[in-house]
Amino acid sequence: MSVSLSQKTLDPAELRPLGSKDPSWGRLAAPNPLVRVIKGLLRAAYQEKLSIISLIVFFLLWEGVCYFKIIGPYQLAPPSKVLKLLIAKLATQNPDGAYLWAHALSSLGLALSGFGAATLFGVPLGLLMGWYPRLNHLVRPVFDLLRPIPPIAWIPLAIIWLGIGGVAKGFIIFLAAFVPGVINSFTGARLTNPVLVRVAKIHGASDFTAFWRIGVPSAAPMIFTGLRLSLNAAWTTLVAAELVAASQGLGFMIQMGRRLARPDIVIVGMLTIGLLGAFLSWILSKIERSFFAGRAS
Amino acid sequence: MTPEPQTPDPAKRSNPAAKTPKAVKVLVRNLTKSFGSLLVLDNLNFVVYAGELLCLVGPTGCGKTTFLNCLTGFLPLTAGEILVDGQKASFKKGDLGFVFQESSTIPWLTVYDNVAFGLKIKKTPPEVIKERVERILTVVGLNPFKDLYPRELSASLDQRVALAREFATQPNLLLMDEPYGQLDIKLRYYLEDELRRIQEREGTTVAFVTHNIEEAVYLADRILVLTQKPATIKEEVIVTLPRPRRFDDPSFVAIRDQVTAAIQWW
Repeated sequence: MSVSLSQKTLDPAELRPLGSKDPSWGRLAAPNPLVRVIKGLLRAAYQEKLSIISLIVFFLLWEGVCYFKIIGPYQLAPPSKVLKLLIAKLATQNPDGAYLWAHALSSLGLALSGFGAATLFGVPLGLLMGWYPRLNHLVRPVFDLLRPIPPIAWIPLAIIWLGIGGVAKGFIIFLAAFVPGVINSFTGARLTNPVLVRVAKIHGASDFTAFWRIGVPSAAPMIFTGLRLSLNAAWTTLVAAELVAASQGLGFMIQMGRRLARPDIVIVGMLTIGLLGAFLSWILSKIERSFFAGRAS
Repeated sequence: MTPEPQTPDPAKRSNPAAKTPKAVKVLVRNLTKSFGSLLVLDNLNFVVYAGELLCLVGPTGCGKTTFLNCLTGFLPLTAGEILVDGQKASFKKGDLGFVFQESSTIPWLTVYDNVAFGLKIKKTPPEVIKERVERILTVVGLNPFKDLYPRELSASLDQRVALAREFATQPNLLLMDEPYGQLDIKLRYYLEDELRRIQEREGTTVAFVTHNIEEAVYLADRILVLTQKPATIKEEVIVTLPRPRRFDDPSFVAIRDQVTAAIQWW
């Protein structure tokens, strides 16, 4: 009796879900390799390849919409044409006056100088505000007053003050990148573990030495968060800043594409901005990772 | 624990010293501290002798940590004075050591750099830092872990790093605020032995705050029993038991019971 009982519980067919008619369910070796392959493919398609399928469908729909002129050629360019132009623009200045890489370099220079200046001023200011309450009380009201103003709203004033050159554009980007740099560095310095500050002070560290040896490294993860947000803000403000009159740059290229009714140029510009932005974030995260090697952040 | 055959003697060495008059390291005179209307320390008067391990025992919340914060100068005194080597006590001179109750290792530094941290703050010459850090790492047995970061350490190793950091600076006075309160009993015994061993070797003066009576009797040359807040000194107990001390030694138990009786405020 006990034998029959154990046989019964060990039979995998008995263990298959209620209502399942599949006789192979629970078998140690599936009898039909074809069934296994098909099942495996379906599972892979559902789990991992799903995103690839959605991308393929997206591009096919896009191409189809253009091919069948559902959206006219002056409104939208098909991906095939965009790709062709992307490659061609590496070697031609037509019709917007510069090579793609020249536009990209110009924009990169602008965004990075704004971002760099914002980091140079914003991070130390935020850290010091977080460490010295008096400085915080002094600077905070003005900072909080100006913080909610979108950087783009500064464009008219920037033009009045600084003209239409690179400085005005850099100023707009600076404003965009400055705020997250300050706020995150401030928070980082504020969150310093007071016990560690005492460790430094008990050994005779001045307030500034404690700030430098404990406060700044302790804030480092938050500083990097700020840098990432700053870079993001700088890059997203780029197109708006290049509206201020430009003769080069990705924002300018997009504008030219609109004026020439060439949606392919617009899309190539958009794509380049997106790819370069992703590339910059990637570089920053690489730097961050090598900086924090061995340390939990 | 210690390899040399003559090491059972340090206890005996320190005992005769207890009879000869000792130099005063810390002089606490009429120390009073209140936070607003809350009186925490009420007119404390006592001394800490050079080279001794003094335990301050009292019920939780009686003001032991407040006392240490007054001693370091982190808190201003309401009345009275604390003199270290005849001068007003202050952390600003940088000759104190402090082991905290909570973890105080610096998370972004390796064990080695953590131990070197105090010396670096003091701008000690690099070759001196190297020599002292390597010596103290060997003494506390942290050599195999010197390249690890604090998050990779257990709680007891972490506290040993903090202890090693303080000893590396060769402090004039080492203050310990319930440093082993978070550890389990076995690790505590181990670290207590270790503290005693290094303290004797370095001749450091230690003020050790704890609410654990057994720990105090095990470690101390002298115990001051504090009352419930506002804290005053209720009793002084001089512990002359030979070392290593045993928890089941009848004279150990007798002292422990004496301190326990003194600490009871109910």
